[in-house]
Amino acid sequence: MANSERGTFKVKSGLAEMLKGGVIMDVTNREQAMIAEKAGAVAVMALERVPSDIRKAGGVARMADPRKVKEIMQAVSIPVMAKVRIGHFVEAQVLEALEVDYIDESEVLTPADDQFHIDKWAFRIPFVCGARDLGEALRRIAEGAAMIRTKGEPGTGNVVEAVRHLRTVNSQIRRLVATPDAELPDLAKELGAPLSLVQEVKVLGRLPVVNFSAGGVASPSDAALMMQLGADGIFVGSGIFKSSDPAAMANAVVRATLHYQDAQIIAEVSENIGESMPGLEMKTLQAEDRMQERGY
Amino acid sequence: MRIGILSIQGDVREHERMFQRLGLESARIRQPEDLVDLSGLVIPGGESTTIGMLMQEYGLIDAIKEKTRSGHFPIWGTCAGLILLAKEVLGPSPARLGLVDMTADRNAWGRQVSSFEADIAIAALGSPPYPGVFIRAPRIKRLGQEVTALASYQDQVVMAESGPYLVTAFHPELTDDLRVHQYFAQKVETYWRG
Repeated sequence: MANSERGTFKVKSGLAEMLKGGVIMDVTNREQAMIAEKAGAVAVMALERVPSDIRKAGGVARMADPRKVKEIMQAVSIPVMAKVRIGHFVEAQVLEALEVDYIDESEVLTPADDQFHIDKWAFRIPFVCGARDLGEALRRIAEGAAMIRTKGEPGTGNVVEAVRHLRTVNSQIRRLVATPDAELPDLAKELGAPLSLVQEVKVLGRLPVVNFSAGGVASPSDAALMMQLGADGIFVGSGIFKSSDPAAMANAVVRATLHYQDAQIIAEVSENIGESMPGLEMKTLQAEDRMQERGY
Repeated sequence: MRIGILSIQGDVREHERMFQRLGLESARIRQPEDLVDLSGLVIPGGESTTIGMLMQEYGLIDAIKEKTRSGHFPIWGTCAGLILLAKEVLGPSPARLGLVDMTADRNAWGRQVSSFEADIAIAALGSPPYPGVFIRAPRIKRLGQEVTALASYQDQVVMAESGPYLVTAFHPELTDDLRVHQYFAQKVETYWRG
């Protein structure tokens, strides 16, 4: 190693390891960022609008105004993440210039490239990417993602897709681990993922990077559900600041995530926290409104 | 001999794996009642504000301080753990144990873009140098008289000890080099044998 090296994969994936067991909250201004930090969030995601508002607004959703991102970075001492459109490497360059701590190449925004995701190896800032299954997760890691989040369906307040995606990844990992070495090349082809990563998953028995759950968590029990299903931590998008009492909801989700195996504590923290965001039933979503289909 | 790993949030699994490789028993600590029968404690990397706040809420700060009263309960803090062990913290300071007479400055090496890996010479561990992984790492601005510096990088102390307490600004648990874990385990054993 040279005397000192920045932006190595170890420091990129290492920051995600430090966030494990924690909650990352979407925020749209400094006040919300401070509420999130005070509630015990391990990081915040700086956004122009939360996903449910992006749904309502329609049109093209882009990276947030740099001024907004800077305002939020100045308001808190925890890491600040921000989203770029799938494939929009210039938005990523801008966020790197602002020195955000993590970039989310996100299906919540309108994709900028219908073929290629960003070459994330080209950046010193780490990336988190969404995935619905193991193949998608490994493709993103091959492109340099240092953290994965299962996609769920953002802005719905409905946890069903988050559950489906995490269960899918986990059952595919179980199957991969049970596959004889000689059959791994074929499995890699089926998953559409590099063989070297498939082999690594077999050795580790899990993804080579941290895997959070995202897209639909709207209550303390939702968060604990995802943790019991094996998530390393939780992203909450609209679920905090679209609830009736954001500070109380934020507090409760953090504590339920920590004590996810203790139903007594989840019951206590779920008391008197106002109402969760109004949710959406999946069947009411038009095919073109499903954000999870974005990305390849 | 059993080493506890504070398991509120952060890279608990990585510390666990290192002690496992050393053939040592470790236990996850979430609540005060988990502290019984422990010979030492590790505070992992994570977000110090989050960990400190939740330690406070669940009575862990008082319970751990109570355990340290004998002066024979070793604690090792990595990164966030260093901050939680520091008597003074610059800027917005989290709830913490404050057992080591030093002043810590959070994230003072810079934001994530400045996180780095560097080889660190640690005399107590001999050669080769230790692979230091620094992630949004804190700096130690002041060391009390009772505190001994064990390693420096660019004129900054990055590893220090004070009686039963050990702090590292870097993350030995993210490497494959077992020497710092071994060093702490020896400390625990010394106090455990009394």
